[in-house]
Amino acid sequence: MPDRYHIHAVPTPARFRRVGKFGNVDWREDCSRCSNCVKLRCTYDVYRQESAHNRDPAAPAQTLNGCKACLSCVQGCTKGLLGLSVNPEFLDMGDAYWRPDILLTTWNQSDAGKIPVSGAGYRGRFHGPGFDSIWTDMSEIVRPTRDGIHGREYISTSVDIGPRPMRLEFDSEGRMLTEPARLLELQLPAILDMPAWQVQSDQLAQARAIAAEELSSLAVMSAPDAAALPPELLPSAVPVLGREDIPKSAGLLEEVRMAELLDGPEVAAQAGALLSKNPELMVAVRLALRPTAADRAAELARAGMKILHLCADQHGRERPGNGGPGRHLKDVLREVHGRLVKDGLRDTVTLVAGGGIALPEHMAKAIICGADLVAVDTPLLVALGCRVCRDRHVSCTGGRCPAEIWAADAAYAAQRMVNLMSAWHSQLIEVLGAMGIREVRRLRGEVGRAMFLEDIERDAFGDIARVSQTRVCT
Amino acid sequence: MSTTETDLSARTRVEPRGHPPRRPCEHPQDTSAREVHPAPDRYRNAIGKYKIDRLGSCVSCGRCAEVCPEGVHSKPGGYAFTLRPQDHLCVGPQCAKTDHFCVALCPQKALRLQRNASAECMGDPRWSSDLILSTWHEAATGHKPPPHLEYRHGASGGGFDSLRFQFEIEGSERPEQVPTAEIDTSLDLNHRQDGRPQVHIDIPVYGGGMSFGSVSIHTILAKARAAVAWNSFTCTGEGGYPDRLVPYDDHVITQVATGLFGVREDTIQRVRIVEFKYAQGAKPGLGGHLLGDKNTPPVARMREAVAGNALFSPFPFHSVYSVEDHKKHLDWIKEVNPRCLVSVKVSTPTDVDMVAVGSYYAGAHIIHLDGSYGGTAAAPDIAKKNIAMPIEFAIPKVHKFLRAEGIRDAVTLIASGGIRTPHDALKAVALGADGVVIGTAEMVALGCVRCACCESGRGCPRGIASTDPELMKQMSLEWATQRLVNLHNAWREQMVEGLSLLGMRSIRELRGRSDLLCYLSDEPALAEEVSR
Repeated sequence: MPDRYHIHAVPTPARFRRVGKFGNVDWREDCSRCSNCVKLRCTYDVYRQESAHNRDPAAPAQTLNGCKACLSCVQGCTKGLLGLSVNPEFLDMGDAYWRPDILLTTWNQSDAGKIPVSGAGYRGRFHGPGFDSIWTDMSEIVRPTRDGIHGREYISTSVDIGPRPMRLEFDSEGRMLTEPARLLELQLPAILDMPAWQVQSDQLAQARAIAAEELSSLAVMSAPDAAALPPELLPSAVPVLGREDIPKSAGLLEEVRMAELLDGPEVAAQAGALLSKNPELMVAVRLALRPTAADRAAELARAGMKILHLCADQHGRERPGNGGPGRHLKDVLREVHGRLVKDGLRDTVTLVAGGGIALPEHMAKAIICGADLVAVDTPLLVALGCRVCRDRHVSCTGGRCPAEIWAADAAYAAQRMVNLMSAWHSQLIEVLGAMGIREVRRLRGEVGRAMFLEDIERDAFGDIARVSQTRVCT
Repeated sequence: MSTTETDLSARTRVEPRGHPPRRPCEHPQDTSAREVHPAPDRYRNAIGKYKIDRLGSCVSCGRCAEVCPEGVHSKPGGYAFTLRPQDHLCVGPQCAKTDHFCVALCPQKALRLQRNASAECMGDPRWSSDLILSTWHEAATGHKPPPHLEYRHGASGGGFDSLRFQFEIEGSERPEQVPTAEIDTSLDLNHRQDGRPQVHIDIPVYGGGMSFGSVSIHTILAKARAAVAWNSFTCTGEGGYPDRLVPYDDHVITQVATGLFGVREDTIQRVRIVEFKYAQGAKPGLGGHLLGDKNTPPVARMREAVAGNALFSPFPFHSVYSVEDHKKHLDWIKEVNPRCLVSVKVSTPTDVDMVAVGSYYAGAHIIHLDGSYGGTAAAPDIAKKNIAMPIEFAIPKVHKFLRAEGIRDAVTLIASGGIRTPHDALKAVALGADGVVIGTAEMVALGCVRCACCESGRGCPRGIASTDPELMKQMSLEWATQRLVNLHNAWREQMVEGLSLLGMRSIRELRGRSDLLCYLSDEPALAEEVSR
């Protein structure tokens, strides 16, 4: 039995100042100095820890804003002077998609790679757009392994990239005529993609490559970034090549295992050019998600392209080109997957889905919708303290990043990324285990193991009269 | 009803309806009074929706104390100063329309009314701040919350929060109201006609499983005593059967879960209902999880485990691979205790309807569906949000399927996992359940703010879901019992009011009447987008 896949998460405290949801305890006048509040009574000792940090900035920053809002101090204050409020800085982070709670949980997971566990029930909206309108299935009696999901018998999260023979052919002597499959096996159904916008940092690409090597995955980066990598990291790198990069990248192409080409009319010819330099190379086509994605994917598959990387925008939407809101990645993926199945092409290509993958459940749900694996981009920045500022990325360059991502060194950044992916991997296993599935390959396109809002809402409430909110008596 | 001092001091005796004759017990059974008494917040400063600031320009003239009928302001005789406002009693801006609005009447303009930022810290879309405050009010007074709180639904934008009864819609036809005194909220739980005793509960609600270890012994006992008072049930959860529960045997459900912690022949034999927990809504497909810090020596003794170690329950039952195995399980329990009813608690997968039918044919009296948005003391966030369907979808699916199979009237269908208010309970029954199980609502009644820290370190900082000897002393058993007795009274009053508006004399008439519901077709404005 091969060694079990294990991600080595190492506690790596954040270097950036954390923004918590509850950070503001307000003392009103007339305090009697009894200290019968957070000073003495805080169950979590938050006040003392934060004070320690105020005195010594070198103290670990992860406890800052650690108030859990149990309100014991507010309700216990002798004179009723204390008040707590939601930290406005917290609410100001991110945007409608990259919500503050997503940023916070990503920071926490990057600290030590632990699965976020909490008490009480689910706290969010009943459903939401995109992936939040899918629930995954579970089984009451089927279990994936004989000794628990974290037992000795393990749940495989490995996926293959590359062309698979559709059938084996033999000659009359029984000798196999089919070329053996050349597959890139990744142990995690995720590759580490480059940020969707310009970020100032010399170390980011290298950090992704180091993390990808540790994770047995791949790191996507620009051709110049890949060329600057130490040679031992090149097998983990995937350079993205435009037309002008190809002639300059001959040396690079001999070292890497996979490259991506930007989609265009000449992409098949360009792929041929790359393969002439390195016949072992996996060539993927990176195509922006547009309303014509299904047609284009089928066209590329027919043209012999084996790996398609579908890129939604940062919010997981397609780019319709008319300024309007596009469909969500999940809907487009179902269409693309369904079209390829219908045309008999699905098993000839590997589908990578990226853009808007923000949480580990998005990884599982994208695979359910038809992807083989996902590409993770923005969460890798968030792991380093990114707050997805709403300033059209102005502060991502020129040394203005509030989390100082430009100053993070490669080893630190890589370990934070590894920790995050370790937590995601463990959570993917939880989801697979609940479904009774022991191999992520079997999850691809398994829409029967998911519940889609529109279907179960119709089944449950289809016979109930619809009314407008305006008709409800207040 | 508004919160006044008069209300708080009111003592209401609620007459039991349809109380069945008690059977003789092996152990002397404790009784607990079904009486509403005020049980105000146990903290020094109660939290309300609004805050009244008294500015430095106040001259303590006492005008505010004279005008406020809610008891927010007071200046006792002989006092030179007006006391600090009891602003948790304030009804807010709606008071401005009256002739007793303190802010407008203050001669010094020294009062300021605003939303209480501290109260807004405890809200989330599922359990909005208003719902928590409403539940606190119900537990404190035993009656319906005042109208300035949205006590009927949360702000999650779907499920129960998007369902309304016809009587809530403008211009809808209203049947003739039934006098509330004639309305029956009781349920029989045995519909199998299999010779086993009938079990009757006076309210269509009982308490969910919370193990010794996950919550404090005071919480467990208070739930049991409230169950006795209301002739209902509480459940042990999977942490064993503490000896202190023995005086309440008749109202306790012994849970047999995958870890089999503390399950013994005598704990199965002493109760009237035994529950098999196949899965839990908050963490479907995953076993129970008690973090090491909460596994204190008494907990470890009860579970026959080593103190300090995290305890994982396996998933699923390692002896059950099919409906036939499931039947063997049930037969085993029925053999050990020939007079008990058997409940089967399952989560809500896509094939929950088939699971329910299988459980019926295996011999279950009660099918307990636990939806995915239910509470827990520790679960991975990814499971709570994503795995299995919310209870609102599962109830009609199972109800319709059981009806199509012709066995709906032979089994009791109980729903849990996201039942927060009596209005949710009525909607669950209208969708097809017979009754509901609640958990988080009881915790909130005991003072939970849903800070979600039940699992970390010493457990609940408010002493509810904690086994820490110091933290659990924050709550007395008497106070906790009264809060839960009050809560059930407030719930029953509201359910009776709803049934009266529907023109029904019994909760049993409402089962499956989804035609009385409406579904909001537009997205409501959400109170709070941010959740933890």
